[in-house]
Amino acid sequence: MLKQWLKKQSVDSKFETLRFSVAIIIALLVAFGLILLVSKEPFEALRHLFLGPISKFRKIGNVVETAIPLTFLGLSVSVMFSANQFNMGSSGALFMGGTVAAIVGLTLPLPTGIHPFVALMFAGVVGGLITSIPAIIKLKWNASELVSSLMLNFVALNLGLYLIMNHFRDPDAGTLASFKFPETALLPTLIKGTRIHFGIFIVILMVVLIWLFLAKTKWGYALRMTGMNMNFAKYSGISTAAVILYSQFIGGFLAGMGGAVEVLGMYDRFRWQMMPTYAFDGVIVAVLGKRNPIFVPVAAILLAYIRVGADTMSVNSDVSYEMISIIQGFIIIMIAANAFLKHYRQKMVVKEATSHD
Amino acid sequence: MQEIVKMVDILKVYPNGIVANQKVNFSIVEGEIHALVGENGAGKSTLMKILFGIEQPTEGKIILNGQEVKFANPQEAIKHGIGMVHQHFMLVPSLTVAENVVLGDEPKKAGGLLDIQKAIADTAEIAKRYHFDIDPKAKVEDCSVGTKQKIEILKALFHGAKVLILDEPTAVLTPQETSELFKELMLLKDKGHTIVFISHKLNEVKEITDRITIMRAGKDVGTYDTDKVSKEDISNLMVGREIVWDLDKSKADPKDVAVQVAQVTLVNEHKRKLLDDVNFSIRRGEILGVVGVEGNGQRELVDVLTGLQQASLGTITINGENIQRYSIRKIRDLGLSHIPEDRMTLGVAEYASIEENLMSIYFDKPEFLNGPFMKLKQINAWAKEKVVDYRVKTGSEKTPVKMLSGGNIQKVVVAREFSNNPKVIIADQPTRGIDVGAAQFIHKKLIELRDKGCAVLLVSADLTEVMDLSDSLLVFYNGKIVAYFEDASVLTETELGLYMLGLKAQSEAEIRRCVYA
Amino acid sequence: MINLLTPEFLFTVIRVTTPILLAAMAAVICNKAGVVNIALEGIMLTSALTGVLVSGFTQNIWLGALGGIVGGVFIAFLLAYFALYLKTDIILGGIALNLLTVGGTVFVMFAITGDKGATNSVRSLQFPSINIPFIQDIPIIGQMLSGHNLLTYLAILMVFLVYFLLYKTTFGLRLRAVGENPDAASSVGIDVNRVQLYALLLSGVIASFGGMYMSMAYLKVFTTNMVAGRGYIALAAAAMGQANPVGTSIASLLFGFMESLGYQLQSRGIPSQFINMVPYISTIIGLVLYAQYRQRQIAKKKNQKIQEEVKA
Repeated sequence: MLKQWLKKQSVDSKFETLRFSVAIIIALLVAFGLILLVSKEPFEALRHLFLGPISKFRKIGNVVETAIPLTFLGLSVSVMFSANQFNMGSSGALFMGGTVAAIVGLTLPLPTGIHPFVALMFAGVVGGLITSIPAIIKLKWNASELVSSLMLNFVALNLGLYLIMNHFRDPDAGTLASFKFPETALLPTLIKGTRIHFGIFIVILMVVLIWLFLAKTKWGYALRMTGMNMNFAKYSGISTAAVILYSQFIGGFLAGMGGAVEVLGMYDRFRWQMMPTYAFDGVIVAVLGKRNPIFVPVAAILLAYIRVGADTMSVNSDVSYEMISIIQGFIIIMIAANAFLKHYRQKMVVKEATSHD
Repeated sequence: MQEIVKMVDILKVYPNGIVANQKVNFSIVEGEIHALVGENGAGKSTLMKILFGIEQPTEGKIILNGQEVKFANPQEAIKHGIGMVHQHFMLVPSLTVAENVVLGDEPKKAGGLLDIQKAIADTAEIAKRYHFDIDPKAKVEDCSVGTKQKIEILKALFHGAKVLILDEPTAVLTPQETSELFKELMLLKDKGHTIVFISHKLNEVKEITDRITIMRAGKDVGTYDTDKVSKEDISNLMVGREIVWDLDKSKADPKDVAVQVAQVTLVNEHKRKLLDDVNFSIRRGEILGVVGVEGNGQRELVDVLTGLQQASLGTITINGENIQRYSIRKIRDLGLSHIPEDRMTLGVAEYASIEENLMSIYFDKPEFLNGPFMKLKQINAWAKEKVVDYRVKTGSEKTPVKMLSGGNIQKVVVAREFSNNPKVIIADQPTRGIDVGAAQFIHKKLIELRDKGCAVLLVSADLTEVMDLSDSLLVFYNGKIVAYFEDASVLTETELGLYMLGLKAQSEAEIRRCVYA
Repeated sequence: MINLLTPEFLFTVIRVTTPILLAAMAAVICNKAGVVNIALEGIMLTSALTGVLVSGFTQNIWLGALGGIVGGVFIAFLLAYFALYLKTDIILGGIALNLLTVGGTVFVMFAITGDKGATNSVRSLQFPSINIPFIQDIPIIGQMLSGHNLLTYLAILMVFLVYFLLYKTTFGLRLRAVGENPDAASSVGIDVNRVQLYALLLSGVIASFGGMYMSMAYLKVFTTNMVAGRGYIALAAAAMGQANPVGTSIASLLFGFMESLGYQLQSRGIPSQFINMVPYISTIIGLVLYAQYRQRQIAKKKNQKIQEEVKA
């Protein structure tokens, strides 16, 4: 049965799966090598890295809760990159989304249920506005969205910090943090013994909505065609300017919402003093998930797993958490390596082509 | 004369699975002009790319002057005296002629410095030797197309080419520039060079070559002495069936005006008038051809008609509506369909499926929508139908377009553009680079649509195509219309060439006849 | 009103421009060769660390400089290898490397020194500041131009070196050909990948000095993420300067000017977060203004011609 299904898969998709797996394995091997180099007890460290996330029930919860913002970010970048815009603004949108959610939580008195919903909406809109700026700059003046979006991240970070630290800071809190959020604003925890919160339903809903959007609606189709060949889309009568605007806005909306969900679901105050470490993970989740909304959560869970593993490892051994950056960097660069295993693929193709004679 | 190059049992399989050369054998004799003929996709370009080291054969060998050689890259081929002049010029626009010629083999001063004076002198010397009239200090971006080709040949000679491969060299030349080129080729032959002449223009092949090798569908179908085969024989071997050289075309019965172009002018940023006070009409039920050497305003004409560019002055009306500032979408909604010249850039998204490419102008039409959702099942059935109707050779409508051959890609474009009952069709080089079978199919469809009352504008650099297919003809030179022929069938290529080169022009009154009320 | 024309301020401008200028020259070489080196940020960050570490452990400034260069070139080499030979999209690859180095530098720092925020336990060396003999005595000009760090003078020299390389050598000719029409270059036997590899490696060397400037010119320490976006600002400068060494230098100076202006404002009670934003906002504004300028030029020429036509 499996053999038959395998035969049906095109050479391309078989090869892709192979490439992805090899890329991840090589990245992990590099990590392995580095751990061997720097650690006094490398195998202990590795055990924590690979098995830590399933060692305790609480840890599994960590993986799930970490996967939530990663999914939001992955969706965000997937949508933006699908329109062929290298908009890196999802981190800034995430941060500002969290900021806005905190502010709405602290300033608008609203009943439970409505309160977080309104906060999320505001956060999404603000996030969307942030990522729309590079899009507008690209449309009006044809300046690259890459550098402008990266710059905006710094701006958003500083702006958010300013707002919280100068206007909402709680002087009685032990560390630099905002006032406590009212109960009404929080997203409740769902499973005892973990920190998994209501946000998980929201993110699943978003995955479905975005999938429907990209695959089934006319706007999604226009977006994908614009991303594949903008001239073709333009010449077919698609308004590519509109596509660029709404695609980047939606991306920012998702990231902003993700920031809000994180802040209101995981914490009782705004606690970010700098960009959260996972804020830049949108790219790797999108790349691993092939920009497909259905695969993004899977990629997010995989990455969350590695993150929790690295965290466990750093607490229980002498290898620091930042190992994760190295793993991630390698995964992205290997997956995007189109000529990787090129000769092997050529052999597969020739075999396939000649087998039909 | 002795054999100088022999290619033995060449097999070439591309990463996407296409077998471009299937056990091809090819041999050239020193001092001859040897034609390599075949339809597009027959594998002639691939074979020569292998000879020049741009591609590596999957299997097979190359024997040069009796020795087996392997060219891992063009540099090795160049070292062995093989030069290639490509269809698309390999020149660096912002550099001078001399810099382009010496590139790769630059004269040096101590410490890696470029000896520009010597470069200029060397270029001038070699130009003189081969009777080329070129200024070594001119910037390539300022040179004409004919000059650019000469620079390419100079480059190859500068690097010591004894065997020159010319890939479709006359594709962008006028008849007059072509005979100039042929004179130069004879001079090169006298000086002992060997020339491989890739073409599918059989008239030229008969005129200048000594022997001819024919390729078909990746295989070689034989080598013949040119004077011992007729054009009909050659084309038979190329396609394996008899080509009907004249189309079964009934006389046109043009009706009212569909498109009116009035005083249209287009100016570019370098102060050049790309279109200069152009006036003409396209009537329903006729195929109006547009000829001219590439770069005389045809492309800009297509751009302003389709909405890709705005005219600087003048008006264009389609079905009575002035389309100034109309978006491409709005112009399409008026009933205009467009086959673009560059299908890979404008016509398709190569990584998208055939189905996705077919639906790009239909995806948001009310009949395919259910609120914001597309009726994907319906669209899929429609796409399957189109694939059959237009004979697109593929396993499935979900195949990415880049896996198809050029002709089939063009058929996808045509299927899309012709399926929405167009009132006006702008066909820009509709059969460039595709096989004869597909070309004929497209020609038939165009005539069909004309007979249904469509107004067709046919822009083509292929004189045979445009002369056979058009009912009436416009000639463009320097952005202006210099001739209008109401009946295209009475013309000859030579006469057209004179107008195309600006050597002849009709009077204002004669040209004015192309404007109908 | 802040007096901006004081020699102290202009001294600061030159000081602040240095790392941007160095990275921008690296960007110029890559742009001309047709490769976009997004990884400048990561190169600078890596060299900032390795320079500190090697100079600290060997107590030799030359070895330290070498260490910095090796670190930066290593990242450049990774980018070149993946982008040129394994066909990774070069922008994705650059971003991946930048992500890698942010955590990677902390990882290495922790593994080797046990420090996490800054290399406090390493006794790094420093590049000297130089008082130029005659110039330092010239009033005003002397205060502006003399007394800068060695690397600042290197940066200025680099502009001339890059210009010379691009326009007077055969390597530069080939590099420009590769950038403008790689098919043309390879058709005459130039190994496009090789040329682009060299361009990337060379840019790695130049940008390394920019990185080392951050940690070893006025400081003796590497701190997490200390490059703070200058690699990207340099890319913007090269874009604005149209990859021309002179134009790029001017653009870099402009950014240095804006950043220095920001520091002046700090003393006036503006919250630190807004001061921090200045370099980034100026970069965005710079990119937009430049793009507007280019658009206007094109439109102007078109209009000119139409006016002349209408009159005729």
